[in-house]
Amino acid sequence: MSGEPTPALVGASLSRRFGTRTALRSTDLRLARGDRIALLGPNGAGKTTLLRILALALSPTTGTLRVAGIDVKREAPRARRLVGFISHKTGLYDDLTARENLQFYGRLYGVEALEQSIDRTLSEVALPPTSARVPVRTLSRGMQQRAGLARAILHEPAVLLMDEPETGLDPQAQEWLVGLVNRWAAADRTVVVATHRLDWAQRFADRALVLENGSLKADLPVGASPHPLLAEAYRSAVEAAW
Amino acid sequence: MTFQTGPRWGMPLASIAGTASVLALAMIFFYVPPDRLQGIVQKIFYLHVPAAWIAYLAFFVVLVGSIGYLWQRNLAWDRVARASAEIGVLFTTLVLVLGSLWAKPIWNTWWTWDARLTSTLVLWFIYVGYLMLRAYTPDQERSARFGAVLGIVGFADVPIIHYSVEWWRTLHPEAVVVRAQPQLPAEMGITLAVATLTVTLVYATFMLYRVHLEHLEDENRDLEASAEPPPAPAHA
Amino acid sequence: MRTYLVQVCALLAKDLQIEFRTRDTLTAILIFALLVLVTFNFALDIRPEIADAVGPGILWIAVVFTGPVGIGRTFSEERDRGTLELLVSSPVDRSAIFLSKVASSMAIMVAAQGLLVPAFVGLFNVQLEPGAIVPVLLLGDLGLAAVTTLLSAMAAHTRAREVLLPVLIFPIIVPLLIAVVQATSLVLGSELARDRPWLGLLVAFDAIYLSLGVAVFEYVVEE
Repeated sequence: MSGEPTPALVGASLSRRFGTRTALRSTDLRLARGDRIALLGPNGAGKTTLLRILALALSPTTGTLRVAGIDVKREAPRARRLVGFISHKTGLYDDLTARENLQFYGRLYGVEALEQSIDRTLSEVALPPTSARVPVRTLSRGMQQRAGLARAILHEPAVLLMDEPETGLDPQAQEWLVGLVNRWAAADRTVVVATHRLDWAQRFADRALVLENGSLKADLPVGASPHPLLAEAYRSAVEAAW
Repeated sequence: MTFQTGPRWGMPLASIAGTASVLALAMIFFYVPPDRLQGIVQKIFYLHVPAAWIAYLAFFVVLVGSIGYLWQRNLAWDRVARASAEIGVLFTTLVLVLGSLWAKPIWNTWWTWDARLTSTLVLWFIYVGYLMLRAYTPDQERSARFGAVLGIVGFADVPIIHYSVEWWRTLHPEAVVVRAQPQLPAEMGITLAVATLTVTLVYATFMLYRVHLEHLEDENRDLEASAEPPPAPAHA
Repeated sequence: MRTYLVQVCALLAKDLQIEFRTRDTLTAILIFALLVLVTFNFALDIRPEIADAVGPGILWIAVVFTGPVGIGRTFSEERDRGTLELLVSSPVDRSAIFLSKVASSMAIMVAAQGLLVPAFVGLFNVQLEPGAIVPVLLLGDLGLAAVTTLLSAMAAHTRAREVLLPVLIFPIIVPLLIAVVQATSLVLGSELARDRPWLGLLVAFDAIYLSLGVAVFEYVVEE
């Protein structure tokens, strides 16, 4: 890419209120392509709110958001195609098979060469073909998680957002998830993972955003040994939550 | 040091409405002669008809507030819609109760399924549903949004209900208002006009205070919300 | 426009696929509606000579008491499963979600009536001209589906949603109920029915609530 590439995601003074409660205070952020971001913070810090805003599932009370330079208010459908999101819930229809779910979402997103894309995605998340042919409700939690992830990445989003995806995965599957994040980021896509576990974030992220009380408290690089400020910021955020 | 608790034009408007109420009551009881056929009971008419007018006006104001809210997303519009729905339900209840009191001696029944009464009752249910929807939706913003949608959807039903009920039951109801009006004696016409103006002023007063109260509640919420610890400065 | 139709069809196909697999809603609506017919028979002691007069009312009570409750549930489920959030964040126009839900709800109600109406004819021994009753049923179902879809999407976010939904729906559909009952009475050749343009009223009701739904649905599902 020549010159300064358009950032994957730019948010300016994003905030969100739920009735009387302010879940997110004026937040600015700028995520580059290929960034692997951990969104850290204790429960109730506003991680999910921010993630849902970035996923375009929630509109901010104030502020503007651009995905790959596209204003999400002006050109919502175009921007929505560029974002993939998996929350605590897999977002799958229990009575349909994983493949049927993917076919449905693929049509909504206008995925081309749908069947090949589904095959490719299923192998990407390592969901065995036999598991893709039975209703989702019969799958184990881990397999459902993989199928949900397949749903989130089927349309090859430029920004992939995950809310505590490690929950319910065994250590082996967590390792696999790290591999997926790395492969995805290597393809110049941005990955944002919300988690409250600093140790887990260290394994995949190269940058961490720490949220406390609805405000962005720190934006620091993550290494094998965490930046002392990061560990400090995270600890105080957790303590503040207590 | 004085605290202003009421709305700015509250006292003047309330005084005018109060004075007008006394005047209207005096006219109803002492000025206008009793109806030749129905006797003293017919005087309910001077409150019943204005109340019905206010009920429809109030629900129209709900519609306006609802459209305004969806258009500008300003809670001020929502306060108007919500207050007007409450007052509209109050006046609709009044219409139904007064109608019953009037119907008993005249038609010898508390209730009859004539077109006008039935439409009013259906309207009462729609706006009671509106208030329930508002009360059962916890999030304030969502409550305002849902209320606005129902305020539009509900009012769109008013003409349809009117025609369907009219076609369904066209027995006698036109009687008093429509047929009587052209030959209404001057005293009756004047009293009805004064009563209508009075009830409209009362509605305006209620609205002013109710909207103001909601405004204070919102401000109070904002104060409570901002009392939370201020955000720590970001390192970013 | 093509994208829009593809999306509506995908949404509709998904709803019908799920319903075809589980038959949850259809079974619930059908059994509940049959029970209403039977219960009314005991409650009102319907002898053949009054069947023509009260039959239409009972048939439509069975329809409006069961349809909204059954199809209103699907929105609550989409919300609880988290799929509604994904539909809203996907590049789908909100009105496409509305129209597809109206269509799938209507399909389920029509399927239930495929058995309910013959049961009604048999149980109450009335004569129904199929060509005359089908338009009444379809127009009634369409309006009912439109109002229910719009209101159940709101009720899904409230406390006491199972109770609130009927409270919101029934007053709004009063004109629809009057029109379908009178039109059905006319089909039965009832002397008591008032001969008015009921089908015209139904068309107007359906048109108003479909277009209102298309216009305001985005305000209902936004977060």
